[in-house]
Amino acid sequence: MKVTIEIKRFDPERDEKPHWQKFEVEAEPSDRLLGLLQKIKDESDGTLGFRRSCAHGICGSDSMLINGMNRLACKVLVKDLGDHVRIEPLKGLPVVKDLIVDMEPFFEKFRVVKPFLMNDEPPPPTEWTQSPIERALFDDTTKCILCACCTTSCPSFWANKDYLGPASLVQAHRFIFDSRDRGGEERLDMINAREGVWRCRTIFNCVEACPREINITKAIGQLKKALLYNRY
Amino acid sequence: MYHNYDALIVGGGGAGLMAALQLAGAGSTAVLSKLYPTRSHTGAAQGGIGAALGNHEEDLWEWHMFDTVKGGDYLVDQGATELLSKEAIEVVYELEHWGLPFDRTPDGKIAQRPFGGHTRNYGEGPVRRSCYAADRTGHMILQTLYQRCIRNSVNFFDEFQVVDLLIEEGVCRGVVAYEMGTGELHTFRAKAVLLATGGFGRMFSITSNAHSFTGDGPAMLLRKGYPLEDMEFFQFHPTGIREMGILITEAVRGEGGVLLNDAGERFMETYSPTLKDLAPRDIVARAIYLEVRKGNGIGGGDYVNLDASHLGREAIEAKLPDIQDFCKTYLGIDPAEEPMPVQPTAHYAMGGIPTDTDGRVLTGTDGATLPGCYAAGECACVSVHGANRLGTNSLVDLVVFGRRAGRHMARYVAENDFLPLSPEPEYAARAEIDGILGNTGGESDAVIREELRAVMMDNVGVFRERGMLLEAVKKVRELKERYRNISIEDKGRTWNTELLSALELGYLLDLAEVTAVSAEARTESRGAHSREDFPERDDEEWLKHTLSAMRDGKVELTYKPVDITRFEPKPRTY
Repeated sequence: MKVTIEIKRFDPERDEKPHWQKFEVEAEPSDRLLGLLQKIKDESDGTLGFRRSCAHGICGSDSMLINGMNRLACKVLVKDLGDHVRIEPLKGLPVVKDLIVDMEPFFEKFRVVKPFLMNDEPPPPTEWTQSPIERALFDDTTKCILCACCTTSCPSFWANKDYLGPASLVQAHRFIFDSRDRGGEERLDMINAREGVWRCRTIFNCVEACPREINITKAIGQLKKALLYNRY
Repeated sequence: MYHNYDALIVGGGGAGLMAALQLAGAGSTAVLSKLYPTRSHTGAAQGGIGAALGNHEEDLWEWHMFDTVKGGDYLVDQGATELLSKEAIEVVYELEHWGLPFDRTPDGKIAQRPFGGHTRNYGEGPVRRSCYAADRTGHMILQTLYQRCIRNSVNFFDEFQVVDLLIEEGVCRGVVAYEMGTGELHTFRAKAVLLATGGFGRMFSITSNAHSFTGDGPAMLLRKGYPLEDMEFFQFHPTGIREMGILITEAVRGEGGVLLNDAGERFMETYSPTLKDLAPRDIVARAIYLEVRKGNGIGGGDYVNLDASHLGREAIEAKLPDIQDFCKTYLGIDPAEEPMPVQPTAHYAMGGIPTDTDGRVLTGTDGATLPGCYAAGECACVSVHGANRLGTNSLVDLVVFGRRAGRHMARYVAENDFLPLSPEPEYAARAEIDGILGNTGGESDAVIREELRAVMMDNVGVFRERGMLLEAVKKVRELKERYRNISIEDKGRTWNTELLSALELGYLLDLAEVTAVSAEARTESRGAHSREDFPERDDEEWLKHTLSAMRDGKVELTYKPVDITRFEPKPRTY
């Protein structure tokens, strides 16, 4: 089948502002969109800029706005998009070139929530024990691949760049609900702020955008409950 | 720009990050990675990390060592493998202490599952040795290590492509890196450099490997005249998604999944009566090829089925959720209901940069090292995988030898001073980049890349034979000639990914040549190297490691003995 792909282009060395460019590509319905972008780059326009690595939805490199939804280009197939596809860079992060955005503001917010296990007790000679039930409490939020699909789909984030955003709250959740972690109170204090957990308006865009199917709004809800009832 | 660090780590995957963590407090350290570290391919590892914890049943590191040696068809250095199997245990506990969210046994210990080639009591039957977190163990390891690096305030230079190693008077003194965002070249002077750049499966058309797996580190050393080890041994994982090559973890079979041919027969019972579907990967990959050759592929085609539907929806959703997700996304198939169409996919380089057990790069057959230069992880060959790596041992290798290399580097940088660099250290890198940017030869890097991948897959794949290998050598050399005339469209400085992929193609071409030449020379079958014209293992002649170097544009092969301490070579049956 023939697919028309419209891409929002911007090269800071040549363009004053972004513009749309159309490409026609021959494709199979089972092709990944990433494959089509690679084909355009190989055969039509070598200057097209996009990130990619694993090509099967694990590394989180090729997040972009595809037909109005944040998706990984390697995890969406032509048959799910139809014969007309519009691709833009993620919203809310500075565009560097074509589909490549500056991820540093995103990672800065990731680091703010201290995304690492805090526990200064001397470890046992073997593993710390953790029951399957305790382990299940934070299973969902361990799946995050830091692709930024959630944060850059969030209207609260678009409106206020100081908001920590769903991805950072997912990371906070992953540690706060881990029975081995001792930094829960410190992190809860950190997110108990206007630009923290309370900026979430339960719009659910993040849940729809997450390529790992993390129930992000639920996780944020659990953080809010932990703050209100001091239970975690 | 000019930078000074005691230690540099090139690559932000499992080995690189593990090494970086050892250098905390020992000296200034920077990690240079062409990706954001969390994008590294360690994150794609699925099924688990092997360690004889014995959380479900008795297990001993000696059994792990034996399985690794036998799995590698005895082309395994046994001293290194003893370290691998022993230290696996303490490193797995260390990772758990750093927060790695392993799945748990009912009594709260790290959960373990059976895996291919891992056995109890020297081959009696499968043992539960693979420590796992569902089917996303690599993701958890990568995240945990990166988290720990943030905790320790490790310096990262993300999206910096290292393009040259600065080696003067036989000592490694730093690297030159290309900053993707700006096109600027940076010189990093250092006392010690660790190469942890990962594998190079992108030289094959069907592969589980990330686009970035282009062998940059090994190729850079090869170009400087240093040898690579055992390049003919490349693992084809038996169960890649048909045509796409996406990995379907061996854990599917560890949990009880079975391979079926067109007649619905469980054909592995014939090829491996004891371990059946949990035989090592080289054996299963060959069995699939042989079934296909006999016309037993599904519908007479080039693939077989991997069936897990009998495990039940609950088990699949709990233990193999990502596999279920991949199958639904890419095939429209739910493995809880239907079998998965699979075929072997190029997966793992057993060969690479020769190192000792502290990660020091070896320069030849005499044990001499290249001072200041280290390598660990898939780009290195220590050699614990020999002719065929066992499942789960790649993750063990990363953390055990990443840790050992990092610890040795910490001592090295304390004991040694910075050495001066010649003027214009960026000269060679600049010349290479400008050469590509200014080339008007008209050859397309995309066309050369696809031709390379096709010939390597067809001629240097699961089964090999002299004529096909010679043809591959000829073809790769022709492609290398054509590569000299590639032109790219993008001349910009900002995020020139076309330039990056042209550089990466250059690395792949060099590695492909030594792979094919080493494979042609080895006239026996051992592990993943299966010669149809020499179907038997030949210990008399070939129980030795290959070292391949480039001298005056030609591949030169030398050999060195295998380190055998405990287990004498025996026929390899399962």
